[in-house]
Amino acid sequence: MRDRTPHATPPPPPPSRRALLRGTLSLGAVAASSVALGGCGSTFAQGFTGGSPAPTRLNFWNPFTGGDGERLLAMEDVYRARHRATDLKSATFVWGSPYYTKLTLATLGERPPQVAVTHLSKVPTLAEAGLLTELRTSDLARHGLTEDKFDPRPWKKSQVDGKLYAVPLDTHPFVLYFRTDIAEKAGLLDGQGRLTDVDGPDAFIDALRAAKEVTGAWGGSVASVKDASTQFRLFWSFYRQMGGGDLVADQGRKVVIDTAAAAEALAYIRRLTQEKVVPTSTDSPGAITMLTTGKAGFLMDGVWQVLTVQGAKVKFDVRPLPRVFHDAPYACAADSHSLVLPKAPSAAAQRLDLSLGFVAALLNSSKLWAEGGHVPAWLPTQQSPGYRDLAPQSHYAAAADGAAYDPAAWYSGAGSTLQVVVGNAVTSVFTGATSPTAGAARMRRELRELASRPAPL
Amino acid sequence: MATTTAPTKAPGRGDRWAGPGMLLPFALFYLVFLVGPLIYTVIAGFFDASLLKKGLGDFAGLSNYTAVLGDDEFWRTLKNTLWFTVLTTVPLVLLSLVLAILADRFVHGRWFFRFAFFAPFVLPSAVISLIFTFIYADQVGLAQQAAKWIGVDTPPSWLGDPDWAMISIAAATVWWTIGFNFVLYLAGLQDIPRSVHEAAAIDGAGPWQRIRHVIVPMLGRTTTLVTVLQAVASLKVFDQIYMLTMGGPDGSTRPSLQLIYDTGFVEGRVGYASTVSLLLFVVILLVSLVWFALVRHAEKER
Repeated sequence: MRDRTPHATPPPPPPSRRALLRGTLSLGAVAASSVALGGCGSTFAQGFTGGSPAPTRLNFWNPFTGGDGERLLAMEDVYRARHRATDLKSATFVWGSPYYTKLTLATLGERPPQVAVTHLSKVPTLAEAGLLTELRTSDLARHGLTEDKFDPRPWKKSQVDGKLYAVPLDTHPFVLYFRTDIAEKAGLLDGQGRLTDVDGPDAFIDALRAAKEVTGAWGGSVASVKDASTQFRLFWSFYRQMGGGDLVADQGRKVVIDTAAAAEALAYIRRLTQEKVVPTSTDSPGAITMLTTGKAGFLMDGVWQVLTVQGAKVKFDVRPLPRVFHDAPYACAADSHSLVLPKAPSAAAQRLDLSLGFVAALLNSSKLWAEGGHVPAWLPTQQSPGYRDLAPQSHYAAAADGAAYDPAAWYSGAGSTLQVVVGNAVTSVFTGATSPTAGAARMRRELRELASRPAPL
Repeated sequence: MATTTAPTKAPGRGDRWAGPGMLLPFALFYLVFLVGPLIYTVIAGFFDASLLKKGLGDFAGLSNYTAVLGDDEFWRTLKNTLWFTVLTTVPLVLLSLVLAILADRFVHGRWFFRFAFFAPFVLPSAVISLIFTFIYADQVGLAQQAAKWIGVDTPPSWLGDPDWAMISIAAATVWWTIGFNFVLYLAGLQDIPRSVHEAAAIDGAGPWQRIRHVIVPMLGRTTTLVTVLQAVASLKVFDQIYMLTMGGPDGSTRPSLQLIYDTGFVEGRVGYASTVSLLLFVVILLVSLVWFALVRHAEKER
């Protein structure tokens, strides 16, 4: 089968010189025009020349989509209306590691945005890598950003070795959503429409069981498929309530997990599915749908889902995650969004005052941000009557006092390897594939593996 | 200037450069975006390169290689990748052959089958992942409903059960990409001269015998091509797994490429990730070479 029929037609003549020239020239023209059209001011051209954008330009990067994204757009509009001279360019990226990858590389490549959003759990790593501009109190004070106006917890988390690197915007804890109509039918409400008696290991499960009898399907729901972060938050909340302390120390180089406390927290998480009050396999949208369609009376999720649940037009309320264990002060998994100034190659590119003015404007719009579910870190808003009247957003503000941030390590933080590794171990206990004791041992083993790796810092 | 049609003996001065000139834009692209990064990957593997720091970092010698080869996760993701390759390549080659032979038997309306089988292939991976997220969803998904109709009381959680997740992803992939192999086979079938079919029919071969002894052997070269292309494509799997399960449940569907992505981009350990990339590159190269060697050997035998 190797012989192939020879070409019957003669080969086509080679292209003439003129045609070739014309082709090459037109190619070149396309490339040249794209630069010429953009001129020096275009972001595209700067990518090649490395010049800083026009002095009135302010580039702002954030990972907010969905309801948060809409709130942010409204806040930006407020800023634009008051600062007509500033050309604010806001870019939104995918939450989690894709966002941090771009932020890191842009800063290393000397093309950082002037202002960016980061989680406070990521600030230590970014600061240690030298990617953030240190914020001086005198500069902040010029824009009215003083320590007494911030929630002390996130303010403290914004510092690394006593130096401030971020301006906290909010705290977003892991909370308990509940359907007021279902809770009422299950006899779980007091006269004011508040949940009674969900604190303690048995009380919480009893409440879930009562809700299950009303819904006929499940008591509560929590994401467990494709969502290691949620599973991590569930574990981290209970583990901290038990006084488990930290998982790792010394920037993640040492593992200090309390396996006994971890096993006990895991045993409780297993009870939720073993007693069939919580389903073993739902993804995040599925868990929310269960609540909004009345297949579950409770939902354990982050406060950022408030707008999604509100959009379903059902009667619901939110409260801090129950206090299941009393061994330590109240705790629930939480993180904070903050605003940072990535290190720019020059003061001209940094635009300190323009940037800080924008940061201050965003904080002054904290009320808009709070409507999206986050507890504002800006005290003038947090203590305002306007915020207190926000329902259900203000009903769980107390949870921020028990905020337990992710352990500090180069492999921890939002959407990090630590969340995935610990979350996967939790999921395998949650579904019953692993025993709680084995799950805790596995956590310690995998954390030790992470701790032994050479840090990229 | 009139055009000079080049006679074979005296090529014009400009024409000598026509070929290379045509190739130049692509060659530049190839150098900048393929050869360059490949060389950088090889170099970065010998350093503790980091995403959070400029430059290559400290020289690491072979420590990245020893770390990767001693990492259980590397072997597990490689095993997942190979398992996915087996799960997809076998049905994608066999099924596409069967479908091509069936579609080829239609005289009228062949265009419709060609279109229908090829259509899913043009969809982007994000769309496919979204569709199959709905199909495989627990409680509300089509796949679980269908299983209930045929009498399975408790259908598995297609993407939530470690035993089923990879099979579910492979099934989705087969539906998505079968069109490509199908079209290659269809082209191969049309290259078989009519006279061969007629000769076989005159000699009294039935349809089965014709398929077994005439068509399939004559499609040998197409099968080689399809299998190698398919195996390489499957070894490079990332998109649909990342979007359907994120490598879960519990890492049971995490392919090698995701390990590269996670260590390189999530943790910032570029040196380590480069080493894994290079090893995966070697594995893909070996698979292709071994396959071609086997085929060449078989062809010589004949």
